[in-house]
Amino acid sequence: MTATGNAAIHYLEQFREQRPELPGREPAWLDGLRREALEHLATAGLPTPRDEAWKYTNVSSIAAQAFTPAAPGAAVPDRALLESLLEPGLGGPRLVFVNGRYLPELSSPPALGGGVRVRPLAAALAEGGESLRPHLAWPPGDGSGFTALNTAFMADGACIELAPGARLEEPLHLVFVGGEDVLASPRNLIIAGAESSATVVEEYVGPEGGRYLTNTHTRISLEEKAQLVHYRLNRESLRAFHMGELRIRQAAGSRFVSTAVALGGLISRTEVRVDFSGEGAETRLNGLYVASGRQHTDHHLHIDHRLPGCTSEQFFKGVLDGAARGVFSGRVVVHPDAQHTDARQSNKSLLLSRNAEMDARPQLEIYADDVKCAHGATVGQLDGDALFYLRARGVGEAEARHLLIHAFVGDVLDRIPLPPLRQALERLLWARLDRREAAGA
Amino acid sequence: MLTIKNLTASINDKPILRGIDLEVRPGEVHAIMGPNGSGKSTLANVLAGREDYAVTGGEVSWQGRDLLALAPEERAREGIFLAFQYPVEIPGVSNVNLLKAALNAKLKHLGREELDAYDFLALVKERMKLVQMPEDFLYRAVNEGFSGGEKKRNEVLQMAVLEPLLGILDETDSGLDIDALKIVADGVNALRAPDRSFVVVTHYQRLLDYIVPDHVHVLAHGRIVKSGGKELALDLERRGYGWIAELERGAGDDARA
Repeated sequence: MTATGNAAIHYLEQFREQRPELPGREPAWLDGLRREALEHLATAGLPTPRDEAWKYTNVSSIAAQAFTPAAPGAAVPDRALLESLLEPGLGGPRLVFVNGRYLPELSSPPALGGGVRVRPLAAALAEGGESLRPHLAWPPGDGSGFTALNTAFMADGACIELAPGARLEEPLHLVFVGGEDVLASPRNLIIAGAESSATVVEEYVGPEGGRYLTNTHTRISLEEKAQLVHYRLNRESLRAFHMGELRIRQAAGSRFVSTAVALGGLISRTEVRVDFSGEGAETRLNGLYVASGRQHTDHHLHIDHRLPGCTSEQFFKGVLDGAARGVFSGRVVVHPDAQHTDARQSNKSLLLSRNAEMDARPQLEIYADDVKCAHGATVGQLDGDALFYLRARGVGEAEARHLLIHAFVGDVLDRIPLPPLRQALERLLWARLDRREAAGA
Repeated sequence: MLTIKNLTASINDKPILRGIDLEVRPGEVHAIMGPNGSGKSTLANVLAGREDYAVTGGEVSWQGRDLLALAPEERAREGIFLAFQYPVEIPGVSNVNLLKAALNAKLKHLGREELDAYDFLALVKERMKLVQMPEDFLYRAVNEGFSGGEKKRNEVLQMAVLEPLLGILDETDSGLDIDALKIVADGVNALRAPDRSFVVVTHYQRLLDYIVPDHVHVLAHGRIVKSGGKELALDLERRGYGWIAELERGAGDDARA
């Protein structure tokens, strides 16, 4: 039996134990969904490098460890530790989840009203959740073993509903805290009615040195002309594992701008899948990854242009040091009817050490003839001539490297128009990079 | 001030400098001329500390200190400035940030207080006038998209802000039209001072019409084969580098003697 097969059996056993505790035994549809997903997991197992989409990301070390799916009442880190992990906050409304479950004591949800409804998913499901059913659907065989695993164990997360025209004025901060040996399976829903708008920050943190698995899944549905600015910040423990999925469905004229920043996790992967269901929709996926030591960081993007006049952009940059490995797989498919598509894709990585490695796979498949498409990928080192030029002006070597790395990541940071988040990110980024510089890695 | 004794250097095990001797005193302007491949730019880069070149022998003393033991940034802070033949484009780093980082590094090294934002900007803007550089250049990325002339003016601007004791101009005239050449030369001349020296590396005599040297040295195959006053540059212009071969044979004989 393979490690991934064993993992599937482990989680099957866990499911048997926990099933009575999981929300949604009533309604029966949810229970059915979980069982179908588990069935799939038991047959297909967790992904292996033989799966094309997982060729460069080997998760056998995740499969080899038996994490315990978070149960209600699982141990929660003490208050002081939690509060330190929540720094730096954004000062606005916040929902905190520990091991994937809502923690009201540390949360401050936005005020109800104005067509904005923000609830923990568990609460929504306890009320029947019939309206959420289409947003939780799991088509047989959908996604990877991790998708199935999340579907089986999803219990809580943020459920954000915006009525047509509603505006969430302040950025909504969702913080997910991981705990030792636990599998957390947050499931988030953002359902934005026509012409509504919001900014949502998803942040994943964990105690330093903590070993756990976050397997998170967020679904976003944007109705006509809805606008969502989305941030995804992974600053998990450097020993933790992070598997994240983001699925976006966009109706005509909607706009989705996302920035994913990956700093944490021993192995981390973020999958983003965008489907346009209407014309003239726009999606911009920005990303920044920083990895060192033996970290592995993977971004797997898939955008389908099936309808005319949609715009997509992927703009990803990364800095890799030590023996870190980065993967970028960006796939854009422009189907035959998707005329006047504007699709751009860019991935640039900076390798600071000889042992760092980057696999960049920009893929553009175009089946329409009247489109604007461009893609490019570069992998390089710090420019030795630039370094000497700065030093020849009196700038010390460490500061010169700092300036050049800052210049490299600067244009991704420039795409974060939320000052408190941007400042927090700059601090986190430099804390990571400077620690690396100090260690001489 | 700067004393070079029997300096030899190579790149990828290929000897380029084969024994340079040179003495530069405060306030002097020395021109180093010579045909392509004679080692002029190597000399300039070795003095600035470029690590691509291996110094294989000899000594360089700078104000009584062993220059070759210093890192490039230490040389810069101790007052040596190399104006690059090919100034490097650095996307994402603005001119103003580079100037600030460079000037502060130097002031800190000298144990002086860093300039505040107001004084710094006042200084930079005043020095920009020297090279007739419009203000928006300050906020553009270092040399990115600059024309050849703009890049060289930017080098002179950096020199004017950093106020070195020794300016090394590495073929600063290459690729410049006559107007740009004049602006650059005027900038350099404005910086001439009794305690500030220049080493001007050039292929052509033309630049020396504007920056008049006290001494001219002819470099060939990694050695100074002839030294003289400014009239030597005119001689070279008239006779070309062809007669250098004869000088070299002479220098070779001297070396064997």
